[in-house]
Amino acid sequence: RQACSASGSAARKCDLKAKDGVVAEIEKKITEAFKVFDHEGNETVDVREIGSIVRSLGCFPTEAELHELLAKVEEEEPTGYVHLEKFLPVMTKVLLDRSYRPIPEDVLLHAFEALDENKSGYITKEELVKHMTEEGEPFTEEEMEEMLSSALDPETNAVHYRNYISLMVVDETDDLPQ
Amino acid sequence: MGSGSSVNVNYKYSLQKSENAFKAAVLIQRWYRRYVARLEMRRRCTWRIFQSIEYACEQDQIKLHNFFSYLMDNFTPSSSKERDFISRMFISGESFKEAELEKYCDYESLEVPDSYTGPHLSFPLLPDHATALLEAFKQKQQLHARYVLNLLHETRKHLKQLPNISHVSTCYSEEVTVCGDLHGQLDDLFLIFYKNGLPSPSKSYVFNGDFVDRGKQSLEILIILFTFLLIYPKEVHLNRGNHEDHMVNLRYGFTKEVMQKYKLHGKKILKMIQNVFCWLPLATLIDQKVLVIHGGVSNTTDLDMLEKIQRNKFISVLRAKKRKELNRNVEIKEINGESQAEPDSAGNETMSSLPSQPRPAQAPSMANRVEFSRWVRQTVQEQIEWCRKLVDISDSEEEELTCSSLVSLTDLDGPCWTRQEEWKQILDILWSDPMPQEGCRENTVRGGGCYFGPDVTGKILEKYNLQFLIRSHECKQDGYEFCHNRKVLTIFSASNYYEIGSNRGAYVKLGPDLVPHFVQYQANKTAHTLTMTQRISRVEESAFRALREKLFAHTSALISAFKVYDKDNTGRITLSNWATAVESVLRLGLPWRMLRPQLVRSTADGMLEYKSWLDDLAMEQRSQEHIQSSLLEVIYRNRSNLETIFRIIDRDHSGLISFEEFHQTWKLFSSHMNIELTDDGINDLVRSIDFNKDGNIDFNEFLEAFRLVKQSQ
Repeated sequence: RQACSASGSAARKCDLKAKDGVVAEIEKKITEAFKVFDHEGNETVDVREIGSIVRSLGCFPTEAELHELLAKVEEEEPTGYVHLEKFLPVMTKVLLDRSYRPIPEDVLLHAFEALDENKSGYITKEELVKHMTEEGEPFTEEEMEEMLSSALDPETNAVHYRNYISLMVVDETDDLPQ
Repeated sequence: MGSGSSVNVNYKYSLQKSENAFKAAVLIQRWYRRYVARLEMRRRCTWRIFQSIEYACEQDQIKLHNFFSYLMDNFTPSSSKERDFISRMFISGESFKEAELEKYCDYESLEVPDSYTGPHLSFPLLPDHATALLEAFKQKQQLHARYVLNLLHETRKHLKQLPNISHVSTCYSEEVTVCGDLHGQLDDLFLIFYKNGLPSPSKSYVFNGDFVDRGKQSLEILIILFTFLLIYPKEVHLNRGNHEDHMVNLRYGFTKEVMQKYKLHGKKILKMIQNVFCWLPLATLIDQKVLVIHGGVSNTTDLDMLEKIQRNKFISVLRAKKRKELNRNVEIKEINGESQAEPDSAGNETMSSLPSQPRPAQAPSMANRVEFSRWVRQTVQEQIEWCRKLVDISDSEEEELTCSSLVSLTDLDGPCWTRQEEWKQILDILWSDPMPQEGCRENTVRGGGCYFGPDVTGKILEKYNLQFLIRSHECKQDGYEFCHNRKVLTIFSASNYYEIGSNRGAYVKLGPDLVPHFVQYQANKTAHTLTMTQRISRVEESAFRALREKLFAHTSALISAFKVYDKDNTGRITLSNWATAVESVLRLGLPWRMLRPQLVRSTADGMLEYKSWLDDLAMEQRSQEHIQSSLLEVIYRNRSNLETIFRIIDRDHSGLISFEEFHQTWKLFSSHMNIELTDDGINDLVRSIDFNKDGNIDFNEFLEAFRLVKQSQ
């Protein structure tokens, strides 16, 4: 019995150490990403960049979820800036908890299919614009234009979403080919 | 009843459908926004890569300074040939008096053959000449050397009458357009004229310096700007930039461009241009309220002094002051290998022992600019002290030589400087950069000028009753950027500066209300047809190629750093250790963890195989296997310095140096770099690249051979 608990606490210690290592690594990762947007070199970023930072760390939050997160990291009196000090613990928890998980390719495909009334394999420009700018968390004009520029097939004036998804997914994994 | 329930079902169904559609929309939007955010991150990282490499390059000037100091210290020429060779690095080209210049750069004897199909200029110039030139350059024609020289003569005559600070008023031509750096990118100038209109009595322009270098059409830009300057002298204003300086041109491409385009008369043209650049005004004042200078200001900037300086005395700002007669002889003796004999107490003459050159300590990372500046300043200070001892400066005059002044050494034949402070005034105006923190410190990264804070800006504005400053000198992603609480505006007009799609260019228009209006552009048709993803990918590719070259150049140091974490020599390392090791070697302050996926593969267990990675990097290099790898590394690390040295040696700008000169340069450089290289080694080097031409070496080809091959798609 004694031996068990002794090894148990030793194992827990090891676990903690390993976890420390993991946390330390996560913190370094977050700090790096944060600093890319830290123009003045004083460990603050413009609050409008938080979305980019969070997302580039592998998270897929909705706009609503992002606002929630912002509330936790902003100053009491909003200055328009976020300090690394406040951001780090909040973001570390997000990554450890694995919040805002990525969207698997097949789920994304189903989403497009849900908008494709005729199950024809494509969505017309008008349809897509309507859905994206009027429903969900609507796109701005700029976002819509940008998406169309790469998604729209100029000949058919429609988005062939299977194609589009596979293209985007390839771009996504910027890891070098194995 | 049946229909009622079916209505219900239909209603439920359509409700379900719209709910689904809503959910689907949220999902797609969520996914897309994440995609865009990642692109944004990639774009920022790419920008950081370019900037850090650009600044690291500017540090090369410090290395060059070390090299020259080393020469002064350690090299004792063993023959008159060697003596000549060394002295050539220290003595500038011949300098001309006014009359001599006219004679040397004479154009009237140049005949324009009938076969010449380019534009003809006659003086005084008319608007038609300008349009003819624009058209000709669009057709890729070249202006005959005679007209180029004639134009330069007339430009110089005109500039000589102008004050150091030009004055522009918005009440004469309602609007003033200010353009920033153009850097030889003619397409951008065409685009500006297309969007904004040509200079005219109702359209004033201020061009804020850096017309040349880096881009391939610097000369055409000069010709066009000078032409408009002469046609509309009241409306066109040019400011000098730090690149309107022949020492800088040697390094950054303008000299090369002129010699390639004008093989026969290039040297004359360059000499003439040198004497035009020094007459360019230093600043422009708009409505007495807006000061336009190329770089920035410092806490000692004095507009009254600037107005009175004889600006033409400062042909290059990168030169040291001429020493007094006494010291000059000392230097010449040193260079000629004659020792300074001093009688000792016994009355015997002994060799004076030269103080040994201080070796700089390890440099801190570039990520912390403050620390880095401090280190450089200290190192430079040590070097200066040592140099002083060498040439025995014990003047009454307080001489404060800075790093940049030592980059190119004493101009023994050149013009005489007036006061040291005057030189600093100009240096600050042309080379300074704003910083967010308060204060004013030496800009040791660039090797000249200052970093100035918002307090310095505030004081200058107050002192001279100005509203704001306009400056250029730094590339900005959107073509322009405000800082210091909108009191300083940076305007940069060279789009796609680092690579196609890297940044927009911009110009700013001011009316009598002095409210700035911006126009942004990107001069490349391809850039417009590309999607955001494609644009970013392209620039990214370019940045990573440059980064890989840098990594390759530090292979040995990297392996040593990795081995510290890999005592068992497995060839693998964790991501964390990899990032730490790479930063400790390269010191670029980059986000390595973010960049990792595009630099090195990670194995299934999250480790990185650094050995095979470095081997892959080496393979990208053109097959130079027979050349010692450490030698290759040195060449890569020092390519731009080697190029500058070659150009200094190549006095007639032919692009060729003799095999012997190449040999000597190489010997000196390798001993400075502590590399073992025998005569055979050098011969091997030369032979393997196979660029020997009649006993002369085309050093352009030599340098080209050492660029990483583009990674195939």
